[in-house]
Order: sequence, then C-alpha cells, then structure tokens
Amino acid sequence: MTLLTTVFAAIIVTIIWYKSPNRSEMKLGTLSLMYWGASLMWFIDAIFEYAELKEEYFTPAPADMLNDFFLGLSVVALGLIIWLVIVLIKDPKGVLKTALVKRN
Amino acid sequence: MACFLVSAAEAVVTTVVTHVVEKKEKAEVAKVSVDHKEVPTEVKVPFSRKLKWLNNMLWGGSALLAFEHVWHGEVVPWFPFLTAAGNPEDAAEMLHEMSTVGVSMAVLVTLVWTGMLVVSSVIEKRAAKLPETENA
Repeated sequence: MTLLTTVFAAIIVTIIWYKSPNRSEMKLGTLSLMYWGASLMWFIDAIFEYAELKEEYFTPAPADMLNDFFLGLSVVALGLIIWLVIVLIKDPKGVLKTALVKRN
Repeated sequence: MACFLVSAAEAVVTTVVTHVVEKKEKAEVAKVSVDHKEVPTEVKVPFSRKLKWLNNMLWGGSALLAFEHVWHGEVVPWFPFLTAAGNPEDAAEMLHEMSTVGVSMAVLVTLVWTGMLVVSSVIEKRAAKLPETENA
C-alpha cells in the first residue's frame, strides 16, 4: 500500500511536471525524482517481502493495509514538506525576499 | 531495519562527485569564454545536472524510507539510533538486510538513472542533428 501510494504520487507529479511551463522554477523535477527514488526502493522491499511471504503478500490483513495506507499518505506529505522547504529556500520568484524586505 | 543507509551513503558520494564535476564544468566554461571571447551555446545537458537527478532520487528515497523506519520504531532519536544495533543478533540481521535489500535498492536506482542517461543522450543527439536535416 505504501509502494502504491508513492507510485501514484510519483506519476501525478511527473504529469504535472510535464505539463507545467514553470517546471524548473517550481523544482517539480526534484519532487518527482524524490517520489520515484522512494518508489524504486519500496519496489525492492516488496520483491524481498514477496520472496518471503509468497501469495500471502497479496492478501494482507485490513488493519495492516490501513496502517500502510496511512504511512503512504504521511510519506507523500513529508515529500511535499521537503519540496516546499527547498522551493522557499531557493525562492525562484523572489516572493519571500520581497515579503521580508517590505516588512523591514 | 536500516536498508536506507546504503542509498544514503551512495548519495553522500554522488553529491561530492557532483560538486567536483560542477566546479570543473564552470572552470571550463570560464576558460572557453576567455579564449574565444564568447560563451558557447550548450547542446548537451551538463553532466553535473544529470548527477543531480541521481542525487534527488537517492536523497529523496533515503529520506522517505528513513521516515518509514521511524514509523515502525526501527530508528529512534537516541543512541545508537537504530534499535537493531542494540544487541549482536539483531545487528547481524540488520547488516544482512543492508547487504541484500539495501544494496539492491541502491543498484536499482543507479540502473534507472543509467537508463535516463541513455534516453537523454539519444534526445541530445537527435536535437543536434535536427538543424542539419532542416538545412538539407
């Protein structure tokens, strides 16, 4: 479930990156690569888990699935927070700088 | 247990390599612009930028996986930070997992990045050929 959630996040961000004219400014490539990196790593984790559990891997307990789904959503949220921090630090449109200068 | 540490270690190495390559590329551009009094138009994506793709995948993946380990109580904010490092049996299991799962993760991410390099190289070659075809 965590793998699926992250893969969907990676696909959605990649589509947004492809369609967005501001992809470079908004660091959308960084966000999509972060999610793809995590998806690949969880894919390996899934392969090793499948090798251990065999067909049981595809029939998880509902409570485990729910926990994994919450984890997946939390991972997506953490990825967005990291991306937001990067964008605010780089401040490509100078919005933060302008806001801070105005206040001073 | 601590499989993300292998990718994080690779990320440290590739980040250092990226900085070295970036410095060299900047020095080369500066040298060419002084010699020829003009900056060359870039056809290829600089290798340092391509290395950043790998850095983003490795750092991002490691960070998100580290969070998963915190979620499962395998990483804690006190020494020795990894619960498996507390006793020799768990530590041996952790090292085994790092050498199998962890290494496989790092290898797959690097393989995918290599695929991205091949695709970008093909696109660059096509883009370089395009003006010649148009002129013919």
